[in-house]
Amino acid sequence: MTRTFLGMPATAPRGVGHLRGDEPFPVAARRSLADAQLRRNLGHATGTIRAKSAAVIGEVPDWEELREAGRAIKADTMARLPELLQQLETAVTAAGGTVHWAADAVEANRIVTDLVTATGSDRVMKVKSMATQEIGLNEALEAAGIEPVETDLAELIVQLGRDKPSHILVPAIHRNRAEIREIFLREMPGVDPALTDEPAVLAAAARRHLRRTFLSTRVAISGANFAVAETGTLAVVESEGNGRMCLTLPDTLITVMGIEKVIPTWADLEVFLQLLPRASTGERMNPYTSMWTGVTPHDGPQDFHLVLLDNGRSAMLADEVGRQALHCIRCSACLNVCPVYERTGGHAYGSVYPGPIGAVLSPQLTGVEDNASLPYASSLCGACFDACPVKIDIPSILVHLRAEHVTAYRNEHRLPSAEAVTMAAAAYTMDHLPLYEAAQRRSRLTRFAGRHGRGLPPPLSGWTVGRDLPQPPPQTFREWWVQR
Amino acid sequence: MRIALFVTCLADTLFPEAAKATVRLLERLGHEVVFPQDQTCCGQMHINTGYPGEALRLVRRHVRAFAPYDVVVAPSGSCVGSVRHQHALVARRAGDERLASQAEEVARRTYELSELLVDVLGVTDLGAYYPHRVTYHPTCHSLRMLRVGDRPLRLLRAVRGLDLVTLPQAEQCCGFGGTFAVKNADTSTAMLADKMRHVLATGADVCTAGDASCLMHIGGGLSRLRTGVRTVHLAEILASTEATAGPIEQPQPRTGGVPL
Repeated sequence: MTRTFLGMPATAPRGVGHLRGDEPFPVAARRSLADAQLRRNLGHATGTIRAKSAAVIGEVPDWEELREAGRAIKADTMARLPELLQQLETAVTAAGGTVHWAADAVEANRIVTDLVTATGSDRVMKVKSMATQEIGLNEALEAAGIEPVETDLAELIVQLGRDKPSHILVPAIHRNRAEIREIFLREMPGVDPALTDEPAVLAAAARRHLRRTFLSTRVAISGANFAVAETGTLAVVESEGNGRMCLTLPDTLITVMGIEKVIPTWADLEVFLQLLPRASTGERMNPYTSMWTGVTPHDGPQDFHLVLLDNGRSAMLADEVGRQALHCIRCSACLNVCPVYERTGGHAYGSVYPGPIGAVLSPQLTGVEDNASLPYASSLCGACFDACPVKIDIPSILVHLRAEHVTAYRNEHRLPSAEAVTMAAAAYTMDHLPLYEAAQRRSRLTRFAGRHGRGLPPPLSGWTVGRDLPQPPPQTFREWWVQR
Repeated sequence: MRIALFVTCLADTLFPEAAKATVRLLERLGHEVVFPQDQTCCGQMHINTGYPGEALRLVRRHVRAFAPYDVVVAPSGSCVGSVRHQHALVARRAGDERLASQAEEVARRTYELSELLVDVLGVTDLGAYYPHRVTYHPTCHSLRMLRVGDRPLRLLRAVRGLDLVTLPQAEQCCGFGGTFAVKNADTSTAMLADKMRHVLATGADVCTAGDASCLMHIGGGLSRLRTGVRTVHLAEILASTEATAGPIEQPQPRTGGVPL
């Protein structure tokens, strides 16, 4: 990094990448909730993955110990992140790779674009990667006249459909096979016009399309699931084999990795390679695990670059409560169990990181005010915490970020919001018994709020969109207690 | 045993029947119930909406009100969850270590009703009688914060006359979530719709749970749709006996309410 460190680390810059939505969560969610096809696709898909994952997790007698080990390794990693990243840099460099440090999305996009331009190639193939989605790398490459081709089937569906990913693991989870067939017929060059919506037929069409790309593209871009500091080894786990193709066939390989993906030792992989597939795809083991260490002469890419991406991660690391979100291994188990995600889908979150983990990652990467509605996009039911293979206490981070938002709002506007005034008044009232008892008596006035409360003003009218308001009892408990 | 009732502001104000039932039940079992008059609200709504600073005075009040008692019970998993998992954090956040340790002490002696009955008092058959078809919704905080497990079900299975039917996808949130129900009313309603669908599929007359808040939400929806299915707090079922319940319908419990 060329900058001088001047205090608090920066958050992800505006105007680049996909961490911010155009509208608040409740507004976007309202639209998604009205889409019956989307509700059906999501309900079916998340239900299927949930059942599959629960079954294979049930087979592991020491699952809780594994989760605790995963949590402990990540906590240790975050406590000495600078040291481990330097160790990783040294090891990768010694193995013939080149390491680049990118403070943010702008810098990372420039580094990658320059590297591709230097090879003379006008096309790159990509392994599915959240980090490159986060920084908007495809758009940056296209602006430089380079065509990025997504090779993961679901990413390809999203790319061909000029769509946005809506799930960390299954980016096209919002699409069903009929919709995928339509996208392929419309967008896939040379596709068989007699294409059916049979999953095997669709996969075969994608395979034919991608095979040409694999054999003719000289540069590949990947993310990384793990990077082992002691050996300089990068690891990508996947199901389709497209990753293996991209990681072995081209001349040049560029890996963009969030700095939190480093793990200290090779032995630590043992823990995560058990946790990830069972929590993620519901498999005992993922079909493909590719690992590479720098450059191996006459075997695989002869030019390897590793781009270490910050983009708000150091700022997150500075937050004592929020930093555990950096432990995330992108399994998406929390999305699949989330009752909010299951109904709204991923697009409502605005960011490439949807669901419960997205609701704690995105506001921290961008600064809470740029994603202020996300910490509230949860009923705090706690299903995400139970499902997380590295035990990230997502509900506690959500509550913490809500307080961060309230503070930031107050500092920015100099005046408390209407909600803040109400909350302060409520706390004061509840801390003064005579006022509290008077308020209890006044609650009987809701009898005048129209039949079952349908005459309530906003925001309380939100309650009565689908629920009746009770008739308050003639006597509170404490009145009864005094009289009995 | 002398047991202090942590009534919760919601039960105190809008659902006193759940609190009265808790008193009657414990007295029937031969215990003395006391009601610390200074208690108001545990502050959970403030904490979960982003106002831990405002909640601090309520945490202090709660700790002061309940510090003198050896055993505290609340007919709510959610409020006990806040006392156990949030009060000390709020105090520590404000730099009040003394309050934090007092809050931890109170939290150690505070129980949700089914925990108190099964773990502390060691009873599951309470001699209750409730001749209705009932389904049980495990509220999120009792399930995942307190881990009450099957304690409420064990208590319900021992109730004579009660026909307990399993709720499909019981562990899914009903969509209440405090201010979530207002801030994200549409998503909350979508979650509620699925919960109601499952409740109705059981053919139960009564949906019960250990939290008046979730029941207010589910009940508000069931009432809006005129389903004829009632919500009744677990304490009210456990407090029912042949003398109090009988074959005659109980008065319609109140559903819905204004979350502040």
